[in-house]
Amino acid sequence: MNYNWNWKIFWSANPEGTGTYLSTLISGLGWTLSTALLAWVFALSLGALVGTIRTTPSKWLVGLGNAYVELFRNIPLLIQMFLWFFVLPELLPKALGDWVKQLPNAPFVTAVICLSFFTSARVAEQVKAGIGSLPRGQTMAGTALGLTLPQTYLYVILPQAFRIIMPPLTSEFLNIIKNSAVALTIGLMELTARARSMQEFSFQVFEAFTAATLIYIIVNVIVVNLMRLLERKIAVPGLIAAGGMTGAGH
Amino acid sequence: MFANFDFNVIERSWRYLFFEGMAFTVQLTLLAMAGGIAFGTLLALARLSSIKPLSMAAGAYVNLLRSIPLVLVIFWFYFLVPYIGAWIIGSDKPVKVGAFASCLITFVMFEACYYCEIMRAGIQSIPRGQIWAGYALGLNYWQTTKSIVLPQAFRNMTPVLLTQTVVLFQDVSLVYVLSITDFVGAASKVAQRDGRLVEMYLFIALVYFILCFGLSTLVKRFQSRIAIIR
Repeated sequence: MNYNWNWKIFWSANPEGTGTYLSTLISGLGWTLSTALLAWVFALSLGALVGTIRTTPSKWLVGLGNAYVELFRNIPLLIQMFLWFFVLPELLPKALGDWVKQLPNAPFVTAVICLSFFTSARVAEQVKAGIGSLPRGQTMAGTALGLTLPQTYLYVILPQAFRIIMPPLTSEFLNIIKNSAVALTIGLMELTARARSMQEFSFQVFEAFTAATLIYIIVNVIVVNLMRLLERKIAVPGLIAAGGMTGAGH
Repeated sequence: MFANFDFNVIERSWRYLFFEGMAFTVQLTLLAMAGGIAFGTLLALARLSSIKPLSMAAGAYVNLLRSIPLVLVIFWFYFLVPYIGAWIIGSDKPVKVGAFASCLITFVMFEACYYCEIMRAGIQSIPRGQIWAGYALGLNYWQTTKSIVLPQAFRNMTPVLLTQTVVLFQDVSLVYVLSITDFVGAASKVAQRDGRLVEMYLFIALVYFILCFGLSTLVKRFQSRIAIIR
């Protein structure tokens, strides 16, 4: 194998002249994380809403929620990116479309919108499963106490459901970080795109990809550990997830 | 809204889209599924093995590939495979590997990690008594695995394996980043040549939706049919 390793490449100036290759990668990480975090906030709220309406007694709402989930789950993320980025501005009224096209940071805005909708469908599945795992008596008890159905959901059902579905939500959060790499196809300069352009300019393929891989792994480990802490903190006492008898405080 | 649409572009290009693009996508999906399930099953057996170094190595591999984005994995293998090829045949120049072979290796190696986790769950769902029964009959580890454990694990996990294959079918669209003529690549070439991005992207979104929705509905129906009544 003839490959010239050059690990000092990270301290060389990048072609834009704005710093070193390492600082380019770090700023890529910044875009990855801000895209993922912002999209996660929207995805959680939208997903909670859609997941909730899929468990309501109204057939019409359930159908609407199911259609929403199927729509975003059955089209590849790459195509969804293209639809938001290339197709939507053309379908809007001309003035609005032109305004969208000239937005500063259009790739960032598009990626956040796209990932929010894509992930919200997955969150909705988890929320529905979480609500389904609660005993029916919880809803009945809520309404028997004189709460309206929305109040029952807000104060009784959803707080418990969210605490139960923490582990799958953690992996959805890890997914949204990884999925943000797809946004490089619409020009978002996130971590994978930075590694790719570093490889193109410096020809140090494996150093660039190794660095990006390591950064993703570090982010992964940090997220997993933070979420584990959070999970332990908010586990519902008495369930197996709460672990042993420590949860039973009397 | 659809006034200045030119749906003719689809009529003009559908042969190219399906016979070149979709043919590539479907072939890659099916071969990667076969390879991924085979390699994934081996990985699952390794992860569950009582030989510590083996289970740790398999675990590290699966966790590594599951924590980085598929796009990055595609780039990795695209550049790495020629070097590995050179190392295997002892050449000092990177070997030229075709686009299809490179993608196939990538997806087999990547999807095997996801299939591995499914198979691991499938194997772990089988009562331990089955293995003891196998050993009591005088079978060795491989015979027990092959004739007792895996057939049951496959049966229990078939719907999940198929669902993962629908995900794989969607994931294959990402080979677009290597400018390969898969279904998306073919569509975007036509779209750019004719300046018809809107029509083409809406069309392929529709095709993907119909196929994936249809397949997952079939899987659901199949699931309720093969469910073992316990």
